[in-house]
Amino acid sequence: MRTKKTGIKRPRRRQVRDPGQRRGHNGASGTGQFGSTMHRFSLRTLLAGALTGHRGLERQWRSPEPQSAYQAVIVGGGGHGLATAYYLAQEHGVRDVAVLEKGWIGGGNTGRNTTIIRSNYLQNESAAIYEHALKLWQGLARALNYNVMFSQRGVLMLAHNPHDVRSLKRHVYANRLNGIDNEWLSPQQAKAFCPPLNLSANLRHPVLGAALQRRGGVARHDAVAWGYARAADAMGVDIIENCEVLGFMRDRGGRVGGVATSRGPIRTSRVGVVAAGHTSPVMARAGLKLPLESFPLQALVSEPVKPVLPCVVMSNTIHAYISQSDKGELVIGAGTDQYVSYSQQGGLHIAIDTLAAVCELFPQVARLRMLRNWGGIVDVTPDRSPIIGLTPVPGLYVNCGWGTGGFKATPGSGHVFAHTMATGAPHPIAAPFSLDRFATGRLIDEAAAAAVAH
Amino acid sequence: MLLITCPHCGPRPEIEFRCGGEAHIARPADPANVGDAAWAHYLFYRVNPKGVHAERWLHAHGCRRWFNALRDTATDRMVATYAMGASRPDRGKLPGGR
Repeated sequence: MRTKKTGIKRPRRRQVRDPGQRRGHNGASGTGQFGSTMHRFSLRTLLAGALTGHRGLERQWRSPEPQSAYQAVIVGGGGHGLATAYYLAQEHGVRDVAVLEKGWIGGGNTGRNTTIIRSNYLQNESAAIYEHALKLWQGLARALNYNVMFSQRGVLMLAHNPHDVRSLKRHVYANRLNGIDNEWLSPQQAKAFCPPLNLSANLRHPVLGAALQRRGGVARHDAVAWGYARAADAMGVDIIENCEVLGFMRDRGGRVGGVATSRGPIRTSRVGVVAAGHTSPVMARAGLKLPLESFPLQALVSEPVKPVLPCVVMSNTIHAYISQSDKGELVIGAGTDQYVSYSQQGGLHIAIDTLAAVCELFPQVARLRMLRNWGGIVDVTPDRSPIIGLTPVPGLYVNCGWGTGGFKATPGSGHVFAHTMATGAPHPIAAPFSLDRFATGRLIDEAAAAAVAH
Repeated sequence: MLLITCPHCGPRPEIEFRCGGEAHIARPADPANVGDAAWAHYLFYRVNPKGVHAERWLHAHGCRRWFNALRDTATDRMVATYAMGASRPDRGKLPGGR
C-alpha cells in the first residue's frame, strides 16, 4: 500500500468532463453505490491504466448545481464532513444530501495536517471514539474502493524525564484496560524500532523510553477526502464547492428550515456544521456561541529523501512530531500560536522551536532544507475533546472542537455524527461529547494526553 | 511573529509577551446565584471572532504588566493596545466596553 504513488491522483480533479455527461441529481431514489458513472478501481484497471500512463482518468465526482432542497445539508467539505455524508448515505440510506464547501474539497485542515493516526488516548470516552476510528481506518481503502494509503507503521511517543515515563506508562496501562495496543519500550528497544533515534546522554532532553502503538501510523490525507467524496457522490450526495453558508433559516417553531448560501437559499430540516476552525463564525450566523477558540497550528515538510524514518515519532515534552511521507519528505508538526487567528499562518519562532527539537533527536536530518511551512486553523475546546451532537437549535447539529488531532478521527467522527444527524439522537460513542458537558461539568480532559503541549 | 506595542514599553517582539485570551469577560457579581448554563458561558464560551478581537496580553519579559489589545484575527494586524480596565476603543460608549 505504501508503494503506490499518489502523484497521479492530483490532476484528476482538474480534468473537466464533458458537461453533457454530467449526471443529474439522484435525490432519495439514488443509484446504487458505485453507480454507472463511476468506475471501480481494481488490479485490472490499474494494469490497463499503466499501459496508457493513467491518462484516461476521469473526474471522480460531479460538480452539481445546488438544488433548492435537500433532506440534510452538511456545512464543510473536509474529511469529517465528507465522511459524515458518506455514512449518512451508506449506513442510514439518507442520500438526498448536500455537502457545502466554502473553498474546495479537502483544502482546509484535511490537506494541512501531519496525517498521524493513533488511538492511545487516556480517557475511556476518547479511547472509545479514536479506537472506533482506527478500526474503520483498517478497512477504509476497501470500503471506499480508493487507496487512502493507510500505513500502520507504528507511532512512537518519547519520554524525556521521569514525569514523562510515569505519564506514558499510565497511558499504556489505561489503553490495555480499554483493549487498545500500546507498549512500553526501553531506550534501546525504541532505537531498535526506530534506528535513527539519537540516544546520546548529552541531549538536553535525553530519551528515557517510549510508548509504542504498533497499529498507529499515517494515511494519505488528500486521498481520504477524495475517497469519501467519490464514494458519497456515487450514492447521490451533491458535493458543492465554492459555496459559503451565509445564514440559517428557521421555521416558526425555531427549528432549522434551511441555509442561505453564496449560491442561493437551500431548504432542509437538518443541518450538520463540520467547519473545524471556522465553526465559531458559522455558528454565529445561527446566533450561537460555542466554547471554542481557533488557533493556527503549523506544519512543515522537508525536501524528499530516501527512506530514513520507519515510523511516526512524537514528543510532547520537546514538542516535535515527525514522520516520512511516501514521497520521501519529512513531515513535521509544530505547535499552535498563543493567540486566536484565522490567518492560516503562524509565527516562524514556533516552527523554529520544533526544528531545534527534531535536529536534536535526529542530527542526521539537520542539513535538510525545508520546502514548505503552513498553518491550519484548529478549533480548540477547554478540555481538548471534541463536541459532537445537538445544539440549542432543533435540527442544527455540530461536530467541532477536534483541535490539533482531528485527522486521525475522520472515519469515526463521520460515522457517529451521521448516526446523530440521521436519528436525531447521539450515537452511544458520541454521547459523552455533548455540548452540555460544559454546563454539567462532565469534561473529558485530554489536555495532558494530546500530542501537543497545550 | 507579531510586533506588539506595549502601552508602557513601546513596540516589542511577540516572544516577550503571553496572550491571556479574550478581554472584557466579567465575572458574575453573585456567583452563588448563577445557574450552571450561565456559569459555563462565563468559564468556557468565547466569541472567537474572525475579525477584530479584544484580548489581554502580558508583557511577561518586559514591564510584566497586563494590557488589552485589539487585533484583527483574519490578518493578525494589531489595531490598538490600551490600558487594562479601559473599555474597547472601537465600542467605548457601550457599558463594559462590549
